[in-house]
Amino acid sequence: MNKERTKKASILRNDGFQTTISSILCILIGFLIGYIVLLIINPKGAGDAILAIMKNFLYYSSAVSAKKYLGTTLVKASALLMCALSVLFANKVGLFNIGVAGQYVVGAGASLYFAVGLGMPWYVSLLAAIVFAAALGGISGFLKSYFNVNEVISCIMLNWISLYCVNMLLSTVKESSTPYTKPLSSANKDGLLPNLGLDKIFSNNKFVTIGVVLSVIAAIFVSILLDKTKFGYELKATGMNKHAAKYCGMKEKRNIIITMMISGALAGMGAGIFYLSGIEQWMIGQTSIPAMGFNGIAAAFLGGLNPIGAIFASYFIQHITSGGTYVDKTMYCTQISDLMIAFIIYLCGFVFFFKLFLNKYLDKRDEKMAAKAREGGEA
Amino acid sequence: MLLLIQYTLIFASVLVLVALGGCFSEHSGVINIGLEGIMVIGALGGALMMKFLGGGAPAAVVILLVVLSSVLSGILCSLLLGVAAIHFKADQTLLGTALNLLGAAVAVVLVRAINLSEDIDNVSSTIKYGEAKSAFIIRIGDFEFNWFMLIAFVVLILSYIVLYKTKFGMRLYACGEHPQAADSVGINVYKMRYAGVMISGALGGLGGLVYITAGVSEWKFENGVAGFGFLALAVMIFGQWKPLNIGLAALLFGFFRALSNVYTGFDFLLSLKLPSVIYNMLPYIISLIVLVFVSKKSRAPKAEGIPYDKGQR
Repeated sequence: MNKERTKKASILRNDGFQTTISSILCILIGFLIGYIVLLIINPKGAGDAILAIMKNFLYYSSAVSAKKYLGTTLVKASALLMCALSVLFANKVGLFNIGVAGQYVVGAGASLYFAVGLGMPWYVSLLAAIVFAAALGGISGFLKSYFNVNEVISCIMLNWISLYCVNMLLSTVKESSTPYTKPLSSANKDGLLPNLGLDKIFSNNKFVTIGVVLSVIAAIFVSILLDKTKFGYELKATGMNKHAAKYCGMKEKRNIIITMMISGALAGMGAGIFYLSGIEQWMIGQTSIPAMGFNGIAAAFLGGLNPIGAIFASYFIQHITSGGTYVDKTMYCTQISDLMIAFIIYLCGFVFFFKLFLNKYLDKRDEKMAAKAREGGEA
Repeated sequence: MLLLIQYTLIFASVLVLVALGGCFSEHSGVINIGLEGIMVIGALGGALMMKFLGGGAPAAVVILLVVLSSVLSGILCSLLLGVAAIHFKADQTLLGTALNLLGAAVAVVLVRAINLSEDIDNVSSTIKYGEAKSAFIIRIGDFEFNWFMLIAFVVLILSYIVLYKTKFGMRLYACGEHPQAADSVGINVYKMRYAGVMISGALGGLGGLVYITAGVSEWKFENGVAGFGFLALAVMIFGQWKPLNIGLAALLFGFFRALSNVYTGFDFLLSLKLPSVIYNMLPYIISLIVLVFVSKKSRAPKAEGIPYDKGQR
């Protein structure tokens, strides 16, 4: 019996298990707060609205359309996953890449300009997105390592600069009658990512492309790179202590720049696989940065800063973001899911404390049990 | 020209207020990246108050109530950061980011809910407050003097006095430099940090209010405050965490921000034929360049960003 108990305790003490539990807790509290806000706005439809957010594509009763919208959610989740990977990769090296939003914007600009403006095939456009976004990330890394510019501030400035630049660039490929860029399906068919039959699985949803698969592969790749290679180890060491890393002969400045470049590349690739699937066009003249990058921060932390955890977290975040569009719009607005996500990120800040608390509790319990066992033995 | 001065002064007022807010928070040892979100919430508090007051009330009452409302909303919002960062030792950068998202989301949800309840067809996130806003403005010839310019100036002077000449300011400094040492001489580090964060909330909220009343008489909350909270942080770093330098830095940044509003009034700028986007980007580009030059020898408070743990030495 004693053995059983130690086994149970060891599960509770497992770091991965604790992270999962605390993430689920964050989600539950996030939903609760969302529900309370809905109740305050209008108590009549709050229950239906929160159900609509949770159900998302299950809102449709027919299996065909439910599958179709599951596909759409997956496409968006794959872009979100790339952003989450970008954030967590930088975070493993001790950098907070809030510039993921700007890198995503640059990726969108580059991929669309190469595909629509220059008529390049999809792989060139995707590569362009990756390269340009990596360069933008590299700028922040360079400023950080050589000029000690706080990466958060420089990233935010670059976010706005890139938004204005991309708006300017893409206005050359604007449709004349709408504020959007020309649709890829008519402007350049080769620019669309290939489906490889994936669209058949999701009731002919033509937006489901190899992008979804690529993003999952990227997650696995990042996981291996960080945990199983010398390069990843060096990067993590740089993140823990820059000076110690330098002392050990690592090129700490180079490592910071490379990290930001890889981080940017991941975000740019996310934008590439999103916009090259043709699911959305860029709106020229938009005055706010797309939320995808910021949601990536949420997904990364909700996934416990683990690439595999990020897969589930990104899907979840996209699930409720898409679900937000199904609320009764005569009473609520779709941003209610943004509010819930923001709260979930906020709560993620408490995860460290939660783990500390749990471990303290477990220590105390073990001590008590040990004391009891000793007393029993003496008696 | 007069217009340029007017806009420079009003944008500089925003930056001074918010950057001083950041300054107080960082001197107490808490990094406040969430200033952007706090600004939005403060702006929301002020805008709602102006909307409900309308144009009937006397100017002094309007100013007092609106300022109070935005300051209180700002403090409330900053407490979210304070509690989590000071008592629960949460990651301050993450919290700040969450606060930014939260501020924007709360504002949009709330404004839309209010608009919807008034008119079922009104799905916009805009609040109009033209009537009450006129209480803040005094016309001197062509120059629109805004009471906020004076308020910002007074706050700047007060901050200087508080930070350098009072016991409170010295203690605040100590908590941001070496909290363990401060604690050993009987200063309550938690209390001081709460004070720092709440002051930053108050000033951030007020800054948000000034920003949305600068030049326009309605605000679309979906736009947030366009990175002004972060510009203010750049101003703070450029000003090396010192109030008077922050004041000068804010004037410089305010000038470039104002240029994007009024550059069409200058013939030599028009003759350059630059696209307007360039002027929009200018404040951000300048701040990047400035940061490159000043960050190398920047002297940030030593203990900022590190949660205070009594057991640590």
